Amino acid sequence: MSDITVRPGQEHHVAPLEETPLKAVDAVDDSAPPSSQWGEAWRQLRRRPLFWVSVVLILMIVVVAAVPSLFTSTNPRFQTLADSLGAPRDGHPFGFTRLGEDVYARTIYGARASVVVGLLSTVIVTVVGGVVGAIAGYYGGIWDAVLSRIADIFFAVPLVLGAIVLITSLQSRTTLTVSLVLSLFAWPQMARIMRGSVLQTRGAEFVTAARALGLSRLQVLVRHVVPNALGPVIVIATISLGIFIAAEATLSYLGVGLPSSIVSWGGDISAAQTSLRSAPQVLFWPAGALSVTVLSFIMLGDVVRDALDPKARTR
Amino acid sequence: MGWYIGRRLLQMIPVFIGATLLIYAMVFLLPGDPIAALFGDKPVNPGVAAQLRAQYHLDQPFIVQYLLFLKGVFTLDLGNTFSGQPVIDVMGRAFPITIRLTVVAIIVEAVLGIVVGLLAGLRRGGWFDSLSLFVSLLVIAVPIFVIGFVARYVFAEKLGWIKASVGGDPTWSQLLIPGIVLGSVSFAYVLRLTRNSVAENRTADHVRTATAKGLRPGRVLTVHVLRNSLIPVVTFLGTDVGGLMAGAVVTEGIFNIPGVGGTLYQAIIRTEGATVVAFVTVLVIIYLVVNLLVDLLYAVLDPRIRYV
Repeated sequence: MSDITVRPGQEHHVAPLEETPLKAVDAVDDSAPPSSQWGEAWRQLRRRPLFWVSVVLILMIVVVAAVPSLFTSTNPRFQTLADSLGAPRDGHPFGFTRLGEDVYARTIYGARASVVVGLLSTVIVTVVGGVVGAIAGYYGGIWDAVLSRIADIFFAVPLVLGAIVLITSLQSRTTLTVSLVLSLFAWPQMARIMRGSVLQTRGAEFVTAARALGLSRLQVLVRHVVPNALGPVIVIATISLGIFIAAEATLSYLGVGLPSSIVSWGGDISAAQTSLRSAPQVLFWPAGALSVTVLSFIMLGDVVRDALDPKARTR
Repeated sequence: MGWYIGRRLLQMIPVFIGATLLIYAMVFLLPGDPIAALFGDKPVNPGVAAQLRAQYHLDQPFIVQYLLFLKGVFTLDLGNTFSGQPVIDVMGRAFPITIRLTVVAIIVEAVLGIVVGLLAGLRRGGWFDSLSLFVSLLVIAVPIFVIGFVARYVFAEKLGWIKASVGGDPTWSQLLIPGIVLGSVSFAYVLRLTRNSVAENRTADHVRTATAKGLRPGRVLTVHVLRNSLIPVVTFLGTDVGGLMAGAVVTEGIFNIPGVGGTLYQAIIRTEGATVVAFVTVLVIIYLVVNLLVDLLYAVLDPRIRYV
């Protein structure tokens, strides 16, 4: 294989052809379909045990939230004062609250409020923040200046504080209003992430190519820029789902979240603090359920982030 | 530099006006009559009610009320609480306590977070890295009020190291445990940010060059790896100051510290609009100023950043 002309004096400096990188490039099998960003991420995710742990946990929590009656036949609101702060016994594995309600049933039924608030807030924040951030990042100029200042205004008010102020003036407190209030102060973060991501994608060659092929600016934004800028948004959305669940519990703990007619972990934890010394299990179960739920969403966000980030990939 | 600060201060004006207007509208435009609530169960005396409304400017149109409030902010006359104390005096008592608590929290989260994050980032994938990531996830996932209860239960009631109720004039040592509780969640974030950015910078070209020049490992680590890794951490700490002071609502409640959080929460529940708006305004100003300082700090951390 020495069909390359070797000039005198260069014998030792020219690598044989079979060792050159070109050979390696030629050896790449390009008949296989190209793997997309998402396909590659999915291949990474499948191999991570943490991914499966969080997915299984989240599925379980969602099933519990959707059909709590599958897991207990006890009414979570049924009070027997004789059992006040009662220890666990047959049929009531977690014991009783101060009002004699079954802790196990309340922990099961409390999942729904948390999951609904978390999902609703995340959807609202992702849609509103995503649209605002995409417009600000893609169109730039006056759009960017105005939208970013509006986002700054809401960002300057701390989330839980703003939520307490607004929610105390509201007449009705439901899962929907609590989600809306949380979203009102949380969308700017998502808008910033989306704006940054769109700014990075905007300059890519395929965007210029799409424009050159005659697509309108809006078409390019919707079909080419946004799908390629979604990665960081999805990561933050998953993590903030956990954060919203914790925020709702904080509001309920402070007595300004969901009313006591809705069974919720935050409300139960708040009620349990008076009996922390005599009956710690009343605090432990709703707090544990809340922590596991938040943990599974943050863990999922973490592994998805690693899978989408080529630099963090395990080889 | 001077121009940059000037431009940033100008940009703050619309954000400041917007944020205060937002809070003002939330407090005063929404239903509920605080004056009627003051009478409790007794019938409302129309004469007294009218006089009180005039005193708190509640009889004026919304925008006039807001402008009077803005004037008050600049003349440091923030009105009185319903019990007759000037709001500015209430602030003078509450803010020093919360600022001390926040300082403890920031120091704890910054020092611990950066040190642990650095160690974890240097041995990415090692056992220390996995352990610290797991602990950070746990700290983020367990709600802060549960961490607070447990800390109070263990340190105050079991071990007797601190008083369960801190009270009016706390010493620094009394604020240590509440400060750690307050800063715990942010500690987890600082740890993760430092760890990721150290792991990324460790293999950067300038670090290899520094090592190749024969610099001592300690110097490479502090000046070349850590200094470059601190930018995202400093950004986070900056946005966190405001959040910590507001987040103190929960921590101060648990340890009975009469700071900003406790006072503000009481004012919100009693619909004492003037106090709520004044406190939130100061928090917004603190947030804006700290963020400006953070941006200026970038230039110190990264010589490539210059403000003109």
